[in-house]
Amino acid sequence: MTGGDAGGRLVRPFTLTGGRTRPSRADFTLITTVTACDPQPDRAARPQPEHLRILRLCARPVAVAEVAARLDLPVSVVVILLSDLVEADRITARPPHPVNLATPDLDLLQKVRDGLGRL
Amino acid sequence: MAGSDRAAPAPTASPRPTARSAAPDAVKILIAGGFGVGKTTMVGSVSEIAPLRTEEPLTAAGLDIDDLAGIEEKRATTVALDFGRITITRDLVLYLFGTPGQQRFWFMWNDLAIGALGAVVLVDVRRPESSFAAIDFFERRGIPFVVGVNGFHGRHPYPAAEIREALALPDHVQVLLCDARERTSSRDVLIALIDQLIDAATGAAAS
Ligand SMILES: Nc1nc2c(ncn2[C@@H]2O[C@H](COP(=O)(O)OP(=O)(O)OP(=O)(O)O)[C@@H](O)[C@H]2O)c(=O)[nH]1
Ligand SMILES: [Mg+2]
Repeated sequence: MTGGDAGGRLVRPFTLTGGRTRPSRADFTLITTVTACDPQPDRAARPQPEHLRILRLCARPVAVAEVAARLDLPVSVVVILLSDLVEADRITARPPHPVNLATPDLDLLQKVRDGLGRL
Repeated sequence: MAGSDRAAPAPTASPRPTARSAAPDAVKILIAGGFGVGKTTMVGSVSEIAPLRTEEPLTAAGLDIDDLAGIEEKRATTVALDFGRITITRDLVLYLFGTPGQQRFWFMWNDLAIGALGAVVLVDVRRPESSFAAIDFFERRGIPFVVGVNGFHGRHPYPAAEIREALALPDHVQVLLCDARERTSSRDVLIALIDQLIDAATGAAAS
């Protein structure tokens, strides 16, 4: 499905996703945190090389933007690969803290305030 | 390499945590302002990791997402986004996103602003007008922000009050003189933003 992963990857990133330009799950944001499942499910199908790279990156929790930056791939491509991995039960995705400007979360703000104060 | 700077395992040995429970909560703050005002510098000075950068093909970031052929043929123009990370606690992480400075990339700001706690608008004292549009952007959308006046070469020729006046800022918007290259100075601007959010929240609750 994915063409070779050598050379040309940056020029033609969508070849990696089999031509798909939309994730099957549209719920990834830049700061959605993804984490590889441990243990990984037993599956006959081996992950593709790009999927394997992502799995290594998110052995510990990591934001979508960070995966994209470290793989040097556009976020729009990375979220498609991430949806594949969610569907294969290989990673979990945690959405960011919901922020509603009309009803601020004081506990959260205080926590951020305290954390910055410790820097 | 990736994320290994935060690799401390849980000292309290509970049986293998599930991936879900290990993932921290995440929030973000935008670092905005005109072209070359020091946004990337500020992200870098407070981030616990060297600022990271993603490049998005404009076609993918913009409207023509279905136009695959276009993406493959064009030597795609990309819009760069840089960001940093601050671990607040074991279960809360703050991300800082430097918004693209050039006006033609501002369509991205709408997406970036969704879910943000607020923004820092950086102003270069020598050409404050370059950040007018950024101030307008957040004001119009009711997104809370503070203004950081980045003193290039550490110089601050104008007091904050004078800059506030020049920018026609309402009283509740804090104006801070800062040096984007300094970690503590950048941190203090972020703290001022959070304090402003806390003040607004408690003020709203009181009235
Ligand atoms: N002397 C001095 N130089 C600074 C300061 N802040 C930033 N610079 C320099 O100014 C230049 C622009 O800073 P950047 O942080 O790249 O600005 P930016 O807002 O990210 O720029 P764009 O993303 O291109 O809009 C860089 O060469 C920085 O090293 C400062 O406080 N003092
Ligand atoms: Mg920059």
